[in-house]
Amino acid sequence: MTHPFLILQWLEETIGTHVGNHVMYAWLVMIILIVLAFLAARSIKLIPNGWQNLMESVITGIEGLITDTMGPKGVAYFPMLATFALFILVSNLIALIPGFYPPTADLNTNAALALTVFVMTHFIGFKEHGIGYLKHFMGPILALAPLIFIIEVIGHIARPLSLTLRLFGNMYGHEVVLMIFIALVPFLLPVPMMLMGVLIAFIQTFVFTLLAMIYIAGALEEAH
Amino acid sequence: MEFFAWCMIAAGIGMGLGSFGTGIGQGLAIKSACEGVARNPGASGKILTTMMIGLAMVESLAIYVFVVAMIILFANPFTDQVVALLAK
Repeated sequence: MTHPFLILQWLEETIGTHVGNHVMYAWLVMIILIVLAFLAARSIKLIPNGWQNLMESVITGIEGLITDTMGPKGVAYFPMLATFALFILVSNLIALIPGFYPPTADLNTNAALALTVFVMTHFIGFKEHGIGYLKHFMGPILALAPLIFIIEVIGHIARPLSLTLRLFGNMYGHEVVLMIFIALVPFLLPVPMMLMGVLIAFIQTFVFTLLAMIYIAGALEEAH
Repeated sequence: MEFFAWCMIAAGIGMGLGSFGTGIGQGLAIKSACEGVARNPGASGKILTTMMIGLAMVESLAIYVFVVAMIILFANPFTDQVVALLAK
């Protein structure tokens, strides 16, 4: 249930790369982001104009969000979080162009992103607190620690699962709804759904990035 | 063939029930957020952020139902067995 003609699927079959649609479109998103970064950083001026202006406002927005949510400690993780935000946003928005398929409407891409967040969260936790990070899983009372530990581990494993399925369900669901509407009435009726797609693209990017921030902030704070 | 008819019914009713509860939950969250913004417009930024996270959390329930419905409809693990039984 995807767009009937995908440009990169055709390209993939012509070249014969055998890597799958989502990988091809993820590469396209990477190329777009690299070109955008190159255009913005080609000639950095004190008074920005053109591409630099656009990217500066985007970067400032993400940085403001990080300092609001995570405090000054979180700025160290700005590169990773901003990459998540930009990659997911461009991936989601690419779905609105006919013939393009969002790489985030595939479980594999989302699982990769969510597992990166999961591993980074615990890596940051151990880096920050050393072996004392295990106190996060122990709860306040030592006698209850074995019980709490199991519950906490299940809770932590549920995080990448929910991150994956939320992004996948939203993007894939939007694709399915759009295709059903196009099959019913191809003229003008899908336009409101596509408008909602823009909204969904931004909100899901926001939610994914924000949840990644909250998880990392949770690993950074002291165990209570 | 009845198996596939029941699959369709299960997916449809499941999606309906899932979105029913999620709709009520999201409505309550938005109601409280609106009241909060009306009382203190200065805090609208923080309220919006918190509401968005909450909505995403609530919405993921409906999304799980959607994923299960899609699995039932398009990637049913029992399809092969049922088809094999039917062919007998």
